Amino acid sequence: MLTVRNLQVRYGRSVAALHGIDLDVPDDGVLAVLGSNGAGKSTLLRTISGTLRMHRGTVVGGEIHYGDRRIDKLDPASIVGLGIVGVPEGRQIFARMTVDENLRAGAMGARSAQRRAAARERVHELFPVLAERARQRAGLLSGGEQQMLAIGRALMSGPRLLLLDEPSLGLAPKVVARIGEIIREIHAQGTAVVLVEQNAVMALQVADHAVVLEVGTVALSGSAAGLSESEEVQRLYLGGHAESDAAAQEEAAAARTQRAGRRGLSRWAG
Amino acid sequence: METFVQLLVNGLGKGAVFALLALGFVVIFKATEVVNFAHGSLVLFGGYLVVVTRETLGWAGAAVVGIVSAGVLALLVERLLLSRSKLADPFSLALLTIGVDVIVTEEIVRRLGVSLPFIGDAWDAQPLQVGGVTMFRTHLVALLVATVLITAFFLAFRYSNWGVAMRAQAENKEAAALVGIRSSRVTSTAWLVAGVLAGVAVLFIATQDFSGAGLSRGTHSIALAAFPAAIIGGLDSTAGAIVGGITVGLVDALSTHYISFAFAKSAVFLVMLVVLVVRPSGLFGTRESIRV
Repeated sequence: MLTVRNLQVRYGRSVAALHGIDLDVPDDGVLAVLGSNGAGKSTLLRTISGTLRMHRGTVVGGEIHYGDRRIDKLDPASIVGLGIVGVPEGRQIFARMTVDENLRAGAMGARSAQRRAAARERVHELFPVLAERARQRAGLLSGGEQQMLAIGRALMSGPRLLLLDEPSLGLAPKVVARIGEIIREIHAQGTAVVLVEQNAVMALQVADHAVVLEVGTVALSGSAAGLSESEEVQRLYLGGHAESDAAAQEEAAAARTQRAGRRGLSRWAG
Repeated sequence: METFVQLLVNGLGKGAVFALLALGFVVIFKATEVVNFAHGSLVLFGGYLVVVTRETLGWAGAAVVGIVSAGVLALLVERLLLSRSKLADPFSLALLTIGVDVIVTEEIVRRLGVSLPFIGDAWDAQPLQVGGVTMFRTHLVALLVATVLITAFFLAFRYSNWGVAMRAQAENKEAAALVGIRSSRVTSTAWLVAGVLAGVAVLFIATQDFSGAGLSRGTHSIALAAFPAAIIGGLDSTAGAIVGGITVGLVDALSTHYISFAFAKSAVFLVMLVVLVVRPSGLFGTRESIRV
């Protein structure tokens, strides 16, 4: 169980990114973290995985526990050692290394050779394409394959909690659906997941719980099913609600009148 | 023709030594993005320990001590000075290495005083005649030793876990951290390897055959030719370090003979300038060309 309590994070001396976040991820849970750009989603993941310092961020308050260990003061390698592994935003595979070497690098945090072999088998089963392209340079894979490699690389150390930062970013809808299925499968095999997403439709289908971040605070939280029903989430992230359509049309009409008025004014002035 | 073959062999021998130094330089740069200006002092330090321990341990024992202590000094610099300021700008850390270089070099030069001991032992100053070609044994031994070490390095770099971790970290520090690669382990082994290579190189530099001078401030300035070697090859390319080292060795040998001894040093830097004009990131460097 991952518990985050009253987490406050700052970048540099003054930029506050998180103002007291609380959330829980049970050992068999999938938590979706939604929110717009700058809401603090990536900051939250960086803090959990210990890479915040590489972005010159500091935890100024609150605690993160994993099981009974406090982890907000540990370095990234020790956090991986506890079974928490992250897939960064934008995939960040090792493009100049082969697919197989990427997986090998992912296995550095594994505790034993036995686990390593089992993990490789599991990854190849989940992503047969990675076995086919083992000797190819990772930079030559397609976007979807690179995302699969990034997830596969993270699975190589046999994590108990997987942190995914926008795995759907820049992928075709079909591939996004496939990534969603894969996350469900990984979860079914017993790995908890924190899924940061802008693609709320996919995230809410995969997750059992969800939180919505807004400028560094938890604005909404609840079961994924409950949140997808909620009007606010529908309006903000799922789109296509009748009410919001009407509102948009009203706004557009208002904008038109304004433009017309301005034109009239300038003619009058000239 | 015979002179030319002789110059080629000498150039390759010198180049092999520069390649060892440049390789260490590049390994440190890849792992930490720090340009290590203290490389010359690592060379001197290894050499100095050979000189000090040779009386009691014999040449072979002293050589081992020298190589190990150059490695240990590099490791200490990394552990005690650089690793404490992980988030510091690589440029400030490079300045820090200049400080280390000055302190270590000046102290060793002071201790050496007027003695300029030669280090090369069994093979030094006993030229070998093959046909009409005279070859320096030091260069042949250097070529042999460097070939073995460089091959071993590349095998490890390509196939071992250390190599995979090292390349992963060089390519993407954050992704490497996220999968559990311990960056401190990667950087400290990089410094250790670089120090050991510098300790080996000095055994050939402070010889009658190579420089005609014993261990002295001159050894330090010869070791500085590793900078143009690394830059010619591309600061972040291990293969480039070898090519750059050989280039520097050949340019040095050929221009010494065909132009003048005094010109040889500038010739090396002229070649570096030409390479930089044509390829700003060195022959095999990628650092700038992949920036989008």
